[in-house]
Amino acid sequence: MKNKTNKLTRREFIKDLLHKLLLLLLGSFVFTRLFKSAQAGYVWQIDPKKCVKCGRCATACVINPSAVKCVHEFETCGYCNLCFGYFQPGAAHLTADAENQLCPTGALQRRFVEEPFFEYTVNEALCIGCGKCVQGCNLFGNGSLFLQVRHDLCKNCNECSIARVCPGNAFVRIPARKAYLKNE
Amino acid sequence: MNKFRILFLILLLTAGVLVSTPAKAAERFPAPEFETQYQIPSPEHPQPRRDFFEYLDIGVLLIGLSLAAFFALKKRSRLGLYLLTLSSILYFGFFRKGCICPIGSIQNVTLSFSGDYLIPLGVILFFALPLVFALFFGRVFCASICPLGALQEVVIFKPLKLPQPLKHVLSLIPYLYLGLAVLFTVTGSGFIICRFDPFVGFFRLTATSGMLLLGLAFLLIGIFIARPYCRFFCPYGVLLGVFSYFSKKHLTITPRECTQCKLCENACPIDAINPPSPKLYKTTKQEQIKKLGIFIACIPLILITLGFGFSQLSDVFSRQDRTVSLAERIHQEETNTIQSSTLDSDAFRQEQTRVTELYSQAARTRRQFKTGLWLLGIFIGLVISIKIIVLMQRPQREDYEPDRFHCLSCGRCMEYCPTQSDESMKNA
Repeated sequence: MKNKTNKLTRREFIKDLLHKLLLLLLGSFVFTRLFKSAQAGYVWQIDPKKCVKCGRCATACVINPSAVKCVHEFETCGYCNLCFGYFQPGAAHLTADAENQLCPTGALQRRFVEEPFFEYTVNEALCIGCGKCVQGCNLFGNGSLFLQVRHDLCKNCNECSIARVCPGNAFVRIPARKAYLKNE
Repeated sequence: MNKFRILFLILLLTAGVLVSTPAKAAERFPAPEFETQYQIPSPEHPQPRRDFFEYLDIGVLLIGLSLAAFFALKKRSRLGLYLLTLSSILYFGFFRKGCICPIGSIQNVTLSFSGDYLIPLGVILFFALPLVFALFFGRVFCASICPLGALQEVVIFKPLKLPQPLKHVLSLIPYLYLGLAVLFTVTGSGFIICRFDPFVGFFRLTATSGMLLLGLAFLLIGIFIARPYCRFFCPYGVLLGVFSYFSKKHLTITPRECTQCKLCENACPIDAINPPSPKLYKTTKQEQIKKLGIFIACIPLILITLGFGFSQLSDVFSRQDRTVSLAERIHQEETNTIQSSTLDSDAFRQEQTRVTELYSQAARTRRQFKTGLWLLGIFIGLVISIKIIVLMQRPQREDYEPDRFHCLSCGRCMEYCPTQSDESMKNA
């Protein structure tokens, strides 16, 4: 079955045809997507309004400790002496002793500012993102503590393994330009 | 102090009420008015990896692919390909840490066909560039750019030849994996390729124990069965194989004419070299055509059987979807088959979405799985049929040639080929 004019066998002809077809397919795919593409990359964020503070962020992240940390929005903080994010429910004394603290790793640190105000800061090196303090602060306080993905730690997995188990569906992908969703 | 304790008790009692409603804490405590010079600090927000790196990645990918094609086709240098492999482990592996790789990008590409998903430019190019190169030069991406392949490449110490039937059966898995990955993406049940990526944990130097074990298992098996993930799992390999099959150029084993010494066949760790076709066949061409006709007549039966068979698995697969499993759980709780509640069902009740809405959503996902699995069955049936038809064909090969579909262009055969190129003959 030789095609004498251009010395192509039938098989070669079909192969060549399919080669061109695949090239066309790929080309049209890239071309059409370019109009729909997002210029910069996307990053994972927690929508603080949807977060249910379940504690899975601490365990589900592919890195250990988790890339999710507690973040403190100081502007909404009441600077309370009795901070419900800081103290164990029913703490015997309002002191920095370990048995009084809610945080399992002592990452939430408190500093006296002036009577009767205390400043609370998160030591991110210690924070595991369990959200215990966030829960306390949101239930009884101003809700100035919230959980957020930290981009210096996050590996930006294609499928976030926390998003997969997040009961509140609070994980969203947002443009890297607007990298942080804040707590209002 | 006591005053606080009483307050605390009252608050604890009201906690139950508060838990059931989403707590939007509206400034329960007023912002303090400081008398000292205290400045309210603002929280730090560390920035993500710069856009610049995304463009750098694309550039490095392009240069890497070009170099791989150069080493495989022009320079014919196994050493060059191997060094490129090592640098790929360093750059795409340990520096870039994997995501988003072309294998996983299949899922993003699938999503980009539906609705409002914006696919980043980097992902488009990471998906398309290796395919373009495969269409012109063969699977040079697999040869030395893919970090997953590279990691397996360096552990090939004692490759064994697999029996042909086993090889053919195992090489169906990538099609199944590809189909399931697309199905799971379309139904919104997640990215399974990324979930079961065996090696990304090594690159990140941190992983869950399951990931680590899977990776170690693949590397251990990879000592004896060369590149097990690439050959028997990688869903992107299916696409690359098709594109490479129709490529314009491809790595050749020998630079001049083949002396049929069989050295290359022994050197190939992945058994991707086709031997010369036999001069005489047992059956006549007429009989062969008749056999082919009968088989082609049977194909619809194969497709329907597999389609039906796969669709029977829809319950098992759809339960992997979170909406479906949540709907089942809620249903059990509503009908009091189960007394307790889970974090997920509690969170669902907090959201105050209607149960019927959840149920109808779950039913839709179930239907999608049913149709999807029918299609997947038909797809697998087609793949099997095409494979059998290809096996029935009588190629007219006179020499040892790389199997363009499966050859990963690693270049070992070139190294083992005793025939020297014209150039090196001249130099000598």
